Amino acid sequence: MSIFRLFARPRSAPMARERLQVLLAHERSSVGNDLVTLLREEILAVIAKHVQVDPDKVTVKVDRDEHVSILEIDVEIPRGAAVMAA
Amino acid sequence: MGKVVVVTSGKGGVGKTTSTAALGAALAQRNEKVVVVDFDVGLRNLDLIMGAERRVVYDIVNVIQGDAKLPQALIRDKRLDNLFLLPASQTRDKDALTPEGVEQVMADLKRYFDWVICDSPAGIERGATLAMRHADMAVVVTNPEVSSVRDSDRIIGLLDAKTMKAERGERIEKHLLLTRYDANRAERGDMLKVEDVLEILSIPLIGIIPESSDVLRASNIGAPVTLADAKSAPAMAYFDAARRLAGEDLPITIPGEKRGIFGKIFGRKAA
Repeated sequence: MSIFRLFARPRSAPMARERLQVLLAHERSSVGNDLVTLLREEILAVIAKHVQVDPDKVTVKVDRDEHVSILEIDVEIPRGAAVMAA
Repeated sequence: MGKVVVVTSGKGGVGKTTSTAALGAALAQRNEKVVVVDFDVGLRNLDLIMGAERRVVYDIVNVIQGDAKLPQALIRDKRLDNLFLLPASQTRDKDALTPEGVEQVMADLKRYFDWVICDSPAGIERGATLAMRHADMAVVVTNPEVSSVRDSDRIIGLLDAKTMKAERGERIEKHLLLTRYDANRAERGDMLKVEDVLEILSIPLIGIIPESSDVLRASNIGAPVTLADAKSAPAMAYFDAARRLAGEDLPITIPGEKRGIFGKIFGRKAA
């Protein structure tokens, strides 16, 4: 059979395998997106109870590496924002 | 208490309904009490594959909305006394399935049956998440093809996040069912091999179902493939998968390792 293989098209399964491995490694790391959205909403709701904030000025980010994930929350509170009764 | 199994995949057309029917019938052929439940509201097909499409009177939505009692909606298989079907509705909208309603139906079915096998709709929307919600085990149906493997990976993520078991901090048992497998094409390097898919998805394998005309034939006549031709290669593979689902420890075999045309000619001469 090997003589026929010389003229055959290159095998496609190894390409499928490699493409999937690269793609899924990426997609699995971004699966947390749902969690980030949820966290963002809830954090915003808690802050909004006490301080007026612009929803667009709240960023929630998750950085992952092999060992730990870092949750980064950045809230911009405008100067003189009315502090509501706690 | 019976076990609830969801047959799911993310991608459509990979063999969820075929596998639900075949596994359900295979378990019933082992004398267990089985109900297969169609969750594909609006696009039901399990009734057709089971050959019960003309006997549907009430469906799961009727039961949830209180228009029918559960026993009225269950259809007993004509070939196996201990195999039942709970059909999906064909016309009503998808919101007709409520989380509370599904919970009640599942709780009732678990009391009467050894196995409750839920045929999930494709996709990752409400129907699919409701189908997996109460599952103890999941059968992830995957074809050895890139889009199917990707969608299965996504579904595995959902199983670990959105099921009751996952929410209680328990692990849901997940099993890979590789369907439409062609050992010859995999051997030639033109199809992902069993090992490739296993390595990528990293969940245990419960069976390999070969690509076969027997599956289409069974659907044509309206019988699960394990009933249509129990001796066919896909039926035998489904019987083995059902035994593994029931907890038996069987070695996995790759079915249908036929020789190509050259192999046939030269192989026979040599033999």
